[in-house]
Amino acid sequence: MFALADYLIHLEDEPLPRDVDAQQVLAMLSPGTKCRAPVTGAVYGTLLNDRAALLALGDTLHAAPYKAPPKAPILYLKPRNTLAGHRAHVEIPKEATGVEVGASLGIVFGRTATHVGIDHAFDYVAGYTIVADISVPHTSVYRPSVRFRARDKFCVIGPTVVAQRHVADPDNLAITVKIAGQPTFVASTASSVRSVAQLITDVTEFMTLSAGDVLTLGVPHGSPIAQAGDEATLAIGSWAPLCVSFVGEDDRDGEQP
Amino acid sequence: MKRGRVAYAGAIHEAYPEGNDVRLADGRVRQEHEVVWLPPIEPGTIFALGLNYAEHAKELQFSSQEEPLVFLKGPGTVIGHRGVTRRPANVAFMHYECELAVVIGRIAKNVRREAAFDYVAGYTIANDYAIRDYLENYYRPNLRVKNRDGGTVLGPWFVDAKDVADVGQLELRTTVNGTLQQRGNTRDLVTDIPALIEYLSSFMTLAPGDIILTGTPEGVVNVNAGDEVVCEIDGLGRLVNVIASDADFGRV
Repeated sequence: MFALADYLIHLEDEPLPRDVDAQQVLAMLSPGTKCRAPVTGAVYGTLLNDRAALLALGDTLHAAPYKAPPKAPILYLKPRNTLAGHRAHVEIPKEATGVEVGASLGIVFGRTATHVGIDHAFDYVAGYTIVADISVPHTSVYRPSVRFRARDKFCVIGPTVVAQRHVADPDNLAITVKIAGQPTFVASTASSVRSVAQLITDVTEFMTLSAGDVLTLGVPHGSPIAQAGDEATLAIGSWAPLCVSFVGEDDRDGEQP
Repeated sequence: MKRGRVAYAGAIHEAYPEGNDVRLADGRVRQEHEVVWLPPIEPGTIFALGLNYAEHAKELQFSSQEEPLVFLKGPGTVIGHRGVTRRPANVAFMHYECELAVVIGRIAKNVRREAAFDYVAGYTIANDYAIRDYLENYYRPNLRVKNRDGGTVLGPWFVDAKDVADVGQLELRTTVNGTLQQRGNTRDLVTDIPALIEYLSSFMTLAPGDIILTGTPEGVVNVNAGDEVVCEIDGLGRLVNVIASDADFGRV
């Protein structure tokens, strides 16, 4: 069982997370505090859950190698080496010209969810969080290499888990990603193919999600690219935003210039 | 040394082979069927290899590969020896995959193949089920095929690396209801264990408890509810699993 009253936050130098109100979150984060990921369960990413992403693939959905549009939810793992928290420094691999910063709603589970009916889906949700699902850009989604999505710290989560009672409609939340020098990227959870409840139903039909696990609703189509030296600020609704810094592969993590 | 994890009389125990029986860490000896077998280790990240035996790749009509075909599995799919795996009604092709599972023992980053075995704690047997009816061509193999509840059977024992003389010469066998259906040898791995550790640790950090399922040889056939599937690997033991129906899981 995983439950929270308000906002769960795990400061980097504290042994356990705290459950605090919105004012306290702001006070705790204002001095540039670093955090750990507020959750420690398994993190599953959802692919092609944005109508714009499917639209962009167009007729190629019917051509080789895909042959048909997706039917069931398409998922992938973000393994434990990828998990990081607010103000993480993420290395851009040498061979990449940048990394895609996908901002997704993260659904945080509060109890064991197996074969969940759509009318009961929200009974299993403890809250929501912001997931910076980082990837090396790749065009084919047929059988992409794990090295595109599973690099260390390629899944930054937080800074808080927002209790479900604070989120009236998870299927209508504004998402923004700000990177200095680029126009602000704007998206919404409203463009999802599967709603939060539908996704929970379709995923738990074949795999159980446990308390503390995170399932992303999926990154929006056309997410921005970050380079070494960039700082990205990811926001959903009015929640405390998530900050991620990008460094070159040779730079030492956390080292200040 | 061989170690298992079992549930017995209200607690979880480390357990060891004692003839055909099981000795718990507290000294009690019980028959194999008296305990509930859990996966022999609590898995960290689970890697699985697609098409890592040349003959199996041919069986599935795949040509050569540029880099190992690795996918990831979650912790919820794992069950232990003598566990039960659900076969949904209305599927045509659900099959087992007997695989050598490599367990990482140390933090590993940028490991060269010459040093790779220093990072291996030991081995166990995996039966990595797939339901091909659900295969879709996005992020293959998709999790509905490969990450189902109860779809990854591990055990019965975790075997220390030093107790396996030559991990590159182990025969794998699968029987279904006593009939030999699958047979292969780890000498035929397309990408061998040192190369897999070198490859994975070149872009991510591996940690103790991470498991690499090294792929399966040719010889996969459909299984039905009620079938007993036994995967064996030389020196590691015999991993038993039974297929169950939707009705057994209250899904009718």
